[in-house]
Parts: sequence; C-alpha cells; structure tokens
Amino acid sequence: MFKGILKDQSVQTSIGVIFILLIFGSFILPEWMSNNFMYGMSRGLAVLGLMILWRTNLVSFGHALYYGFGAYAVALCQKFFGVTDILLRLLIAVAAAGLLGFALGFILRKYREIFFAMLSLAFSMVLYGLLAKAEFLGSTDGMSISPSTFFGTELGRIALFNFIGLVVILAIIFAQAYLRSSLGHLTTAIQDNEIRVEYLGYSVEKAIHIKYVISACLAGGAGGLMAASLGQVDPDSMVLWSVSGELVFVTIMSGLGNILAPFIGAVIFEFIRTYAFEWAPQAWQMIIGGTLLAIIFFSPGGLWSLFQKLNFLRKKNNE
Amino acid sequence: MKFGTMKTVSSVFMTFLFVIGTLFTTSVYAKDRIKVGVVSFLTGPAGGPFGIPAKQGAELVIDAINAGTMPAPYNKKGFAGATLDAIYSDESGGGTKQVALFRDFVQKQNVDAMIGYISSGNCMAIGPVADELKMLTVFSTCGTPRLYEEKLRSHVFRTQANAVGDSLAAAKYIADEYFKGKMTTAGKMYTGINQNYAWGQDSYKFFELGMKVYMPSAVGSSKPQFPKLFAGQYGTEISALSLDKAKVVHSSFWNGDWEAFVLQAMVRGFFKQKIVVSSVGGSAVDTLGKKFPDGVIMGTRGLVGLNVRDNKDPLNTWFVSEYKKRYKAWPLGPSYQYARSVMAYKLAMDKAAASAGKFPTQDQAISAMKGMKFKSFVDTIEFTRGGGHQAVHAISYGVTKYNKAKGEPEVENLKTYAATCIYPPAGVKSEDWINNGMPGRKCE
Amino acid sequence: MQFLTTVLLDGLVYASYLFIVSLGLTITFGVMKILNVAHGSFYAWGAYLASIAIIYLGENEYNSMFYYFSIFMAAIVAGLFFGFIIERFILRKMYGEDIHLIVLATFGIFWILEDLILIVFGADPLMPYYPAMELGGLEIAGVYQGVYSLTLSGLAVVVAFICWYFLKKTKWGKLLQSVIFDREVSVSMGINVTNVYLITFIIGGMLGALGGAYVAPTISISPGFAIDVVVMSFAVVVIGGMGSVPGALIGSLMVGMIRAFAVHQAPVLELFIIYAVMAIVLIIKPQGLFAPPKPRKI
Repeated sequence: MFKGILKDQSVQTSIGVIFILLIFGSFILPEWMSNNFMYGMSRGLAVLGLMILWRTNLVSFGHALYYGFGAYAVALCQKFFGVTDILLRLLIAVAAAGLLGFALGFILRKYREIFFAMLSLAFSMVLYGLLAKAEFLGSTDGMSISPSTFFGTELGRIALFNFIGLVVILAIIFAQAYLRSSLGHLTTAIQDNEIRVEYLGYSVEKAIHIKYVISACLAGGAGGLMAASLGQVDPDSMVLWSVSGELVFVTIMSGLGNILAPFIGAVIFEFIRTYAFEWAPQAWQMIIGGTLLAIIFFSPGGLWSLFQKLNFLRKKNNE
Repeated sequence: MKFGTMKTVSSVFMTFLFVIGTLFTTSVYAKDRIKVGVVSFLTGPAGGPFGIPAKQGAELVIDAINAGTMPAPYNKKGFAGATLDAIYSDESGGGTKQVALFRDFVQKQNVDAMIGYISSGNCMAIGPVADELKMLTVFSTCGTPRLYEEKLRSHVFRTQANAVGDSLAAAKYIADEYFKGKMTTAGKMYTGINQNYAWGQDSYKFFELGMKVYMPSAVGSSKPQFPKLFAGQYGTEISALSLDKAKVVHSSFWNGDWEAFVLQAMVRGFFKQKIVVSSVGGSAVDTLGKKFPDGVIMGTRGLVGLNVRDNKDPLNTWFVSEYKKRYKAWPLGPSYQYARSVMAYKLAMDKAAASAGKFPTQDQAISAMKGMKFKSFVDTIEFTRGGGHQAVHAISYGVTKYNKAKGEPEVENLKTYAATCIYPPAGVKSEDWINNGMPGRKCE
Repeated sequence: MQFLTTVLLDGLVYASYLFIVSLGLTITFGVMKILNVAHGSFYAWGAYLASIAIIYLGENEYNSMFYYFSIFMAAIVAGLFFGFIIERFILRKMYGEDIHLIVLATFGIFWILEDLILIVFGADPLMPYYPAMELGGLEIAGVYQGVYSLTLSGLAVVVAFICWYFLKKTKWGKLLQSVIFDREVSVSMGINVTNVYLITFIIGGMLGALGGAYVAPTISISPGFAIDVVVMSFAVVVIGGMGSVPGALIGSLMVGMIRAFAVHQAPVLELFIIYAVMAIVLIIKPQGLFAPPKPRKI
C-alpha cells in the first residue's frame, strides 16, 4: 500500500508546501498568522475525511459528530485523568472518534445519498443535545484545555504548530496511499456502479465501512488538534449542525481534486473568517455564504481547479 | 524531487503568500496612546438589553477620561497620561470563537489591555488564555465564582463580584421578608428557572445553599428548570413551574431571555401566583416600562443601575446625567459595570506610573491593581478576593413598583447587604463556607 | 390528571408550531427533491416582518384585527419575495445537479439572509407581544395557558385541512402529485414543471414564514434565533418521511409531545431525546414513517 508513495507527485507537492509553511510560520510570520495556519491545518484533516467520503458520493451533514467527539475526548481526558501530552491527546481523539465511527458504521454503511446525510445529522445532534444540557460535560460553556505538553515539558505555540504540520504530512501520506490502493480505487468505482462492484466479488458495505472509519479518525484527530490549539471546546462551535455545514462548505471550496486541497481550503477559510469578522462583523456570515454560492456557481471544482487554471501550471501539465 | 513538483510547490505557496501579504498590515503605537479591546455583546439576544448599554457605559467614561472631564477622583487626564483608543468587539458566537478572537486581539492588534466580557461562559474560556498570553484583562460583568475558585489567575482581574453574593442576598431577602416563621413548611417551597450554563447553574446552586442556611425549614423543588441559553421560548417550562407547588421562583435570567420569559409568563398570570426573585433582570424593567409586573424582587448585582438611580453621589449624578444626555436612556447595570472596569484600569495605570516615575509596564500595572481599592459610583470597591484580583462589593435587592405619577418604574423596600455578609473571607471556598454555616459573617 | 392535561396541551401547542413550520419544508422536498436549509430564513423573515408591523400597530393602538392581517401579510410577502428570488435566480440554475450541492447552496443562502436580517433590523431583540397580551390567559386544569398559543393549534388544523383539500380535491393538486410521482412523464404530458417548481417553492416559503410570523408574539425575536428551527424542522420531516404531509403531522405530534414530556419530567434530556427519536426512526425506517411511495422506474 505504501510502496512508492513518496514518489507520488501530490504527496511530494504537499510535503514541500507544508515544509515551507512550517519554516515561514516558525521564523518569519507573526504569531496570529501561524495560529490561523494551525487552525486551518487542523480543520483541514476533517475536510480531508469528508473529501475521502465524498469520492464515493457520500456526504455527511453530521461530521461535526467526530470532530466534536475528538475535541471532547481530549477535554474529558484532561478533566478526569489529567492527560495533557500532545501525542496522547492526538491518539485519544483519533481512537475515540474511530471507535464511534466503527460502531455507527455498521448502521450507516447501508445508507446512501440524502438518507446518509440525514442520519449523520441525527447522530451529531444527539451528541449535541447531550453536551449542551449536561452540566458535568460543561453544558453550552464547554471546557478549557490547558496548553499541551510533550513528555513532561510544556509545548510552545511554535512547537505545537510544527507538530500539527507533521501530523498533516503523515495524514496526507496515509490518505494518498489509501486512495491509490485497490481498496481506495474500489470505493470510487462504487460511486459509478455499486452493483457492478458487487459482481466483481467485493463487499461494497465493507469497503464503505472502512472508508467511514478512516474518515471518522481524520475528523476526530482534527477535533483533538483544534481543541489543543484553541484551548477551548464548546458544543456550539464543535458539534452543532452548522459546524458540519461549515466542514462540507470547506470541502466544496477546496475541491475534491487533490490531497493537498483540503488544507489549502481550510487555511483560506480561516483567513476569510478572520478578516471578514474584523472588517465587517455584521456581515461576516454573508461574506462566507456569498463565497459559498460563488464557488458553487463559478468554480464547481473548488479552489484547486483555480490553481490548475493558472498559466504556468498548465505549461507543466503539457510537458 | 522533480522539477515540476518544485514549481507546483512554489507557485501554490507564492499565491498563498501574495494573497495573505496584501492583507497584512500592522500599526505601531507610540507611548502616548494605548490600545484596548472592549468586548461586549453587540448582536444577538444579549445585545440590546446588555451589550450595547455596556459598550456605551465604557465609551462614555473612556471619552471623559481621555478629555479629562470626569469628576474626581478620575479627573486626571488620560490613562497614565496616555489616550486610550478602544476597539469594540462582539462577544457573541460562543467561547471557542471568543478565544480565537482574543488571540487575534493580543497577537494581531497588539492591544495593551482587554476589558469587558458579560457571559460567564466566555470568561471561563478567556481566563486561562489571558494568563497564557500574559495579557492584562479586566472582566466587567460575568459572575461565575468558578473563575477564581478553580485556580488563581495572574493576569485576570474582575471588578464585578461573583454570583455567590447575588444568590445569597436573594435568599436572605426571601427569608427575611417573605418566609416569616409562621408559614407552614409546605408554603415555604422554592424552585428556579435558570439558564443552563455556568452563570445559571452557579446562581441557583448558591441560592439553594443560601436558603438552607437562612431558612432550614424551606424545601427546594425537585424539578428546577434549566433551559438552554438564548432559548427564547418558555411555554412548556412555565407550565412545569406553574404545576410546581413552590411559591418562590428564583431566576438569574438575563438578556433577551429574561424579557421573553417575563412577557410569556405574564400572559399566563404567573406573577400573580408566584413570588419571582430575579438577580439580574433590571434591564427589562425599563424596556417593558409600565407593562413590567409589580412585586418582582429585583437585584442589580451591586450598587448599580436601577437600584441606585436616585443616589446623590456626585460621580453617580454625573454618570446618570451624561449618559442620559448622550444616549437618551437610563444607564443600566452593565453600563455601570463596564464603566467601573475602565475606571479601575485608569486608577491602576496612574498609580503604577506614579510609583515607577514613567509610563508603566504591564507588570507594574498589574501589581498596582492587585488588592487595589477604588471608588465606584456610590460605593468603594476592593480587590480583596482571588489573590487580590477579584473585587467584592455590597449587593442590594428591592421590589418593583411602577410609579404612575412619574411614569417611571421604581423599586421599594430596598435592602443592601454588605460584602462581609454575603461573601466568604479571602481564601475560603464559597461552598465550604456556606456549608459550615458562614462563619464570621457580618451583616449590617 | 392535571399533569397529563398540561403536558398534552404543551405538547399540542409545540406540535402545532412545528407542523406549520415543517409543512413547507416537506412540500418543497416532495415536489422538488430539495432539502431547503434556507427554510429557516423564511421563518426568520416572516417573524421579523410581522414583528415590525405588530409593534407599530400595537404602539399606535390600532384595532387588533390588523395584527392578524399583518401576520398573514408578512408570511405572504416574505414567501413571495424571497421564494421568487431564490428559486428563479439560484435554484433554477441548479436542477439536475448533485443533491448535496443544492443543500449546500441553500445553506449559503441561509447565511446570507441571516446577516441581511442583522443589517436591516439591527441587533436588538423585538417583542411583538401585543396580540398575546390582549388575548390573555385561560385556566385549564388549574394551570393558566396563553390563549394566543392555543390558537396556534387552530391554525395548524386549518392549514392541514387546506393542504389536504388542495392536494386531493383540486385539479392543481393532482397536477402537483403527478410531478411528485414522475417529473419526466409530467413534462412529456405537457405540464409546465418550471412553473410548478416556482409556485411550490413560494408556497413552501410562505408556510415557513407563516410559522415564524404567527409564533412571533410569543417569543423574543433576535438575529440567529432561526438556527435551532432549521434542524428541528429537519427532524420532524425526517421522522415523518421526507415529502409526506401526513408524515409532517405525525412527526410534529411526536416531537412536540416527547419534548413536552421531557421538559416536565427530565429537563436535561430535552434536546437529546428529540434527535435520538430522529436517529431511531431513521435506523428502523430509513424512509421515515410515512414515506411517499417511490415510482418503479424502468
């Protein structure tokens, strides 16, 4: 599965871009920018998860379930067990979301189209209803997350930024390896014709289940890292249906074309949000909604397709 | 790495930097100007009744101090001589968003201090981050006692006393004025409707604890209501409370939720059947005017707002008349609370400048503010709790009554409880103190 | 007995409100196969327009009949105006696209209209309580109920009846059903599907706006208050079966009653239980309780 993965062009591009970003972010850019890159890369993991699902034409309107579950797993482990190690935090978030995804996958793998979307939404709102009303889970206030540590020493912002960058690189390598594998190809074939895939002797449900768990793990990891980098979790900004909508929006904005696209899209989303909020606090939702419509109408392939339209890139493609 | 890949990498990245770079601006401030973020609800249900009056209160006092027109003891121009430029920002959107915005304030806008925050949820979220980023932050309105009881804060101050006193004062008022000895136990039941987050949960918890001390024979209902913050629709909750035998209903509702609750409950004769005690509902008394029901026991979280409207302290008369002149409305509780935070900040800056002999650093300002005593509008406030970071002050309750002759709402039977009566001594946790029977409390 | 009556009444009032709001959503889905997130915007705009009118009328002490007139006018204006713009200029260009993309587009519209409210009406909460105050309270089983809220149930019954009559007894209704059943065949039989879509979307929008406008006197209206309504009406529609009118009725009753019971008995579970029911129904009957029959296509 991982054979020759480092020679894959998208993987090389991604590693290159993120590497340069890490250098710039660590030494040159002001801290608020590194923050935005950090949030963007974290959220990008969840978007990557959605993108992988979307390639089978499954769109989850409830992916904030895993995003929030990962974030809350980190928060609760800190509250009850005092876990602050960043590696443990990431593992806990991924494992918690993965397990939940595995359990719910048995149900969801039978669902398609709008029913898949609606059942995902229902599950995410169940979690929301629980978190928003239960006092010991913080109710609508959520919980604070203390700064992360790494084997006992406190992790600075720059170190956390680099850690998240490395996680993203690993996630990209893994995701690309999965998409190139026969299992990954299979799920793309499912989108075209499910029955044909069954005739070939593969179990469609099983393939979707695996994909669903991968996607849940990515979203959970995203939530965990987001919690660690923001220092706060709460149900309205982690689990509510509009958060799921935001994730789907970033997926569309990024485009499904390339493995790096989700991260670029998510980072751009952070910057749009920061500036929209600063310049037009009364209309920042309008700006985001307008961007969404503009993307749907004028660039259905997402931002990635805009990159590809740039001249100097096209030359390269013709080489 | 192939050459093509390199080109892709660089082009993607250059586009990126270009887009961001064109947006990137910084401004450098000289020492004669300081930049302070003032955060309150500017949108949403908490905007009109809370956030906007709060912002106006801060604005009025900041402008007056910048111009040097405020009465003594705040008549010295500027903040340690510097002019304060305020950046007003919206508090809505939840704790996580506020934390991200707070980081932006500190790292992108390079502010010198942060003032404000109304929601207890937001204060709980911002507190740790302010310490982490080492940013002097003065909370104005939020009231959860957890802020300092969970952990002492190095850079965070609060000019507003916490919910413990609001709830204990409410309980004492009920015990002294309503649940007199001759009532039957069944008559001495109480329940509550509070928002389901830090402020509401703590408020009811301490009201209950207080009732147990002041009136051990009274019984709490088994089904107090905790609807979600900003729910806006309370039909079913009102039914449930109506069915409850408890006569007294405690509520710490604030913002548009409180107005909505009052209107929905009024239609259903709720205020005629129950005795409602509200710890922070003063804003609705003005918005609803003569429609607001008489006989509601009303607190204002300190000697501010409705309950001190007629107080003749020169600072108070100045504030009320200037506020009415500029904004064509009475200053509400939050207006006072925000103004008070600005005043505390000014005093600390001046004090630090005097002892340092030059424009003070942040650390000097913080040590000047620690344990500081300052003049509020009608009383004097001291940072004596939470390691010298948490202020305490007296709290008053009265009963609403519409004055038909004047055409204005008023309160009668006003009772004021000193801080020593309703707050534990420094270093003692509120819950332990109350459970031990409030040793050393001095009322009167 | 007193307890049961009160719970049932509370549930009924809430169910009526949910029914009016979600009816429009289910009709839009049934005919156009569009899950309209912007339905919440219709709700919000209906509520705002009605509030402005009612507050004006109330402050100037007009005859109370004008309140009800303005509520219906607000619903019609909001539905017509935004329904026409959204369908004609955005959705019409998207038919045949991926269904998720259309949902996302309505999500974008929702965001835009949310902030438009903020810009047009400002951030202050509005409280058009005059009609509710005027009708006052009524003692039922020892508990005072708001009369205005009770009339909501009457409105729900009327709306349900009109809807049933329209679909089953009129020529237009039959036309609509054939479009629901099979769009392509309807086109080939000469039905102008473009117009049917436009009108359906506008009517759906009007119903959403009516829900907002009618409930406005009993709640506080402030920006962002529609966000919970969107997902709540989704829950109702999904439980009942997307596109089914009787489904919306049953779904509203279920959610309304369950919520009322939860608030009275276990307030902590209030939100959780609504969505748990939604998930359970979807697990057992993915199409919802009353899914309209699917045509067998060859």
